[in-house]
Amino acid sequence: MSIIKKITMMLAIMMISIVTFAQDKKVEMADKMRDNGRIYVVVAVVLTILIGLILYVVRLDKKMSRLEKENS
Amino acid sequence: MTDTKNYMYKSWWKIASVILLIYTFIAGFLLKVPELPALQETIRNLYFHVCMWFAMMILFTVSVVNSIKYLRTFNLKYDIYARQYAVVGIVMGVLGYSTGAIWMTYTWADPNNPAFQSFGALAREPKLIGAAIALLIYFAYLVLRDSVNDMDKRARISSVYNIFAYAMLFPSIWILPRVMDSLHPGREGNPALNTSDIDSSMRIVFYPAVIGWTLLGVWITTLKIRLNLLKEKKMMQ
Repeated sequence: MSIIKKITMMLAIMMISIVTFAQDKKVEMADKMRDNGRIYVVVAVVLTILIGLILYVVRLDKKMSRLEKENS
Repeated sequence: MTDTKNYMYKSWWKIASVILLIYTFIAGFLLKVPELPALQETIRNLYFHVCMWFAMMILFTVSVVNSIKYLRTFNLKYDIYARQYAVVGIVMGVLGYSTGAIWMTYTWADPNNPAFQSFGALAREPKLIGAAIALLIYFAYLVLRDSVNDMDKRARISSVYNIFAYAMLFPSIWILPRVMDSLHPGREGNPALNTSDIDSSMRIVFYPAVIGWTLLGVWITTLKIRLNLLKEKKMMQ
């Protein structure tokens, strides 16, 4: 009797873990993009935009410094 | 203008900002993130959307400090500082709001997924209303400022108003959403700072991202401050 109880309990607990495992698996991530390396294209595009914007700010900074020198 | 060599003219923190942002963009897209239902890969928005709000809060804090400095010294320089920090803070806030709107559309209210909330429920979202109130108060700061012509009066009135605006900012974006039911994450503690609601694998990108974005905001602000100081100087001559 107690052995049967234990086994059913064990099975029940295992079922719970299986259920949660299945739920974890179901979360869809962009794994395909990582597999075929397309994610690097995204990173390259975003980095280009970022660097472009930063260069723009750097140029503005330089321009400001020149103006300040002329007016001091 | 005797302060020629203050932080605005140093370059180390500008370089730090660029390095941190490049790191954010690379690590933010490539490192592993927790796999959560509904959020999925959009969790990476934490490195961008949330950083906008952090940068906004830091810039508004610097702004109010300069307003208090102005009221203590009546040096118009601090008034220029306060205004420019507030403006860039507003820009960051508007960016945070619009990125939040995009993110929310796909995680809280996906029209293709009937299980998600309807738009009617989202319109009552206290975090959105609170953030909107905070931003509108800061818009009013600019309107108030530019409607006064006298320079000293303008500086004085807007400095006092800035302190009130700052005092309203935190109730409307931190306290109000926590008192009411909200879909927005991070209601139980400090959003994104709480150790239980941000995974450690995300923290190694998130904290550098906050610093990087904030420094970029400060950099743009210093450019505007320098421009306005120059204008002021030209006017005096």
